[in-house]
Amino acid sequence: MSQSIISPAIISPATQIDPNYNFAYLNEQTKKMIRRALLKAIAIPGYQVPFAGREMPMPYGWGTGGVQITASILTPDDVLKVIDQGADDTTNAVSIRKFFQRTAGIATTLNTSTATVIQTRHRIPEQKLQQGQILVYQVPIPEPLRFLEPRETETRKMHAFEDYGLMHVKLYEDISQHGHIATTYAYPVMVEDRYVMDPSPIPKFDNPKMNNNPALQLFGAGREKRIYAIPPYTKVVSLDFEDHPFEIQAWDQPCEICGAGDSFLDEVIMDDQGTRMFVCSDSDYCQSRSEVQS
Amino acid sequence: MNQPLFSVTNLSKKFGKTIACNDISFDLWPGEILGIVGESGSGKTTLLRSIAGLIKPDQATINYQHKNKTLNIDQMDEPELRHLQRTEWAFVHQHPRDGLRMNVSAGANIGERLMANGWRHYDDIRAEAIKWLEAVEIDAKRIDDLPRTFSGGMQQRLQIARNLVTNPRLIFMDEPTGGLDVSVQARLLDLLRGLVRDLGLSAIIVTHDLAVARLLSNRLMVMKDGQVIEHGLTDQVLEDPQAAYSQLLVSSILQV
Repeated sequence: MSQSIISPAIISPATQIDPNYNFAYLNEQTKKMIRRALLKAIAIPGYQVPFAGREMPMPYGWGTGGVQITASILTPDDVLKVIDQGADDTTNAVSIRKFFQRTAGIATTLNTSTATVIQTRHRIPEQKLQQGQILVYQVPIPEPLRFLEPRETETRKMHAFEDYGLMHVKLYEDISQHGHIATTYAYPVMVEDRYVMDPSPIPKFDNPKMNNNPALQLFGAGREKRIYAIPPYTKVVSLDFEDHPFEIQAWDQPCEICGAGDSFLDEVIMDDQGTRMFVCSDSDYCQSRSEVQS
Repeated sequence: MNQPLFSVTNLSKKFGKTIACNDISFDLWPGEILGIVGESGSGKTTLLRSIAGLIKPDQATINYQHKNKTLNIDQMDEPELRHLQRTEWAFVHQHPRDGLRMNVSAGANIGERLMANGWRHYDDIRAEAIKWLEAVEIDAKRIDDLPRTFSGGMQQRLQIARNLVTNPRLIFMDEPTGGLDVSVQARLLDLLRGLVRDLGLSAIIVTHDLAVARLLSNRLMVMKDGQVIEHGLTDQVLEDPQAAYSQLLVSSILQV
């Protein structure tokens, strides 16, 4: 909630690369291997491509998959934005941004429309993405069928044969237990009428944004060593039942800082008296709206 | 009716040097129930799993009649075979745990095959699940309970409901009454007999229990050491066994 330290339009200019590292940390052979996996993933939208994930100087679960993809696609002219739960100023976002400033010396920004590459954890920016931009997701568990079918050999066959009855079993269970589809994040989608895909733990609020998006969307799971992708302008449909259609979250009130009624809101506890406040989770979106108003 | 529904020719399966099934051939006619009996380790289950496409036999020709077409099961692609397995066929495992998803509710267990076949209307799926729970005599109120809260007999009945929900034409059963107490067995057998008659199913049932075989099956195959040693009408085999082993098997039924 620290709205503000740096004006969002500002780009932090390119810096000196730490001479002890290759550009963007990874060696060129590794980047080549990852780019091959990326090409295959883009060619088969929604299909999980195995890759030889490397040890990164951060723990698994902190975005090792996303960082490897970002490292492989960065060029010296890129402008990088990193967000964590929508915010540019949380630990994960700040440390990954610093990591690439040091190892790639590239320009960084907090502004969604200025960035060429955006690495994200658990959100898609509110601002519409443009053609030419790349959104890199950090993925903890890439397999949408995993919690119902623990065998990897079996889930790979299910994908190969389009044998997806099991995915609806999960949604059925939600309705039978809660009266509605209670899955609110990592909500499964069907990509281009072929592969069922886990969109990573983004809120289902963001699911519709993946459909027909002009930007390239890349997904990296470091621990599980899988890469998958949604090319620009690809059909992405959230799974549902005819009598229980897919719905996104809605709030009774707008953001208390910028007044936005169309963004994903975080609930923030203000004190120990139970005072609460709802604010945009996308810090750049909230801040740019506040600035226009003032 | 002038062609068998399911026919197996020269089926063999070895595990290393152990011969599990040796050169077995038989036909199953529409509406018929075939029992396979024999002692433990005689190759009954391997035979059943091979013909149902769960394991690959070393050698076999298996034909299945499907809408006036003969499908060659042993040459079939896996996606096609899986489609057949979840629509026209059913497999009831000996242990309900192998055939059920233990971590989802009874309703979801029954609905899985429907959803796999493209059903996308929640209320319809639920109505069908309730209909089948009642058909196998499970209280419809238990629809949202997990199978692990069910008794062994109820789990087995749930497994049967889960399999029959797509109205299969052919059902494979591996010791469907194994591990159940005698009174539960009797009710389950009654239920199975009723369902099979009402739905006009064909079935292949593996059992070591001759009483089950006598009650359910029209024809009987006796297996020993991976070979079929006797084959005939159920009454015929049980009343007048020809092979020495069949005689031993029949004479070893406990008389109470």
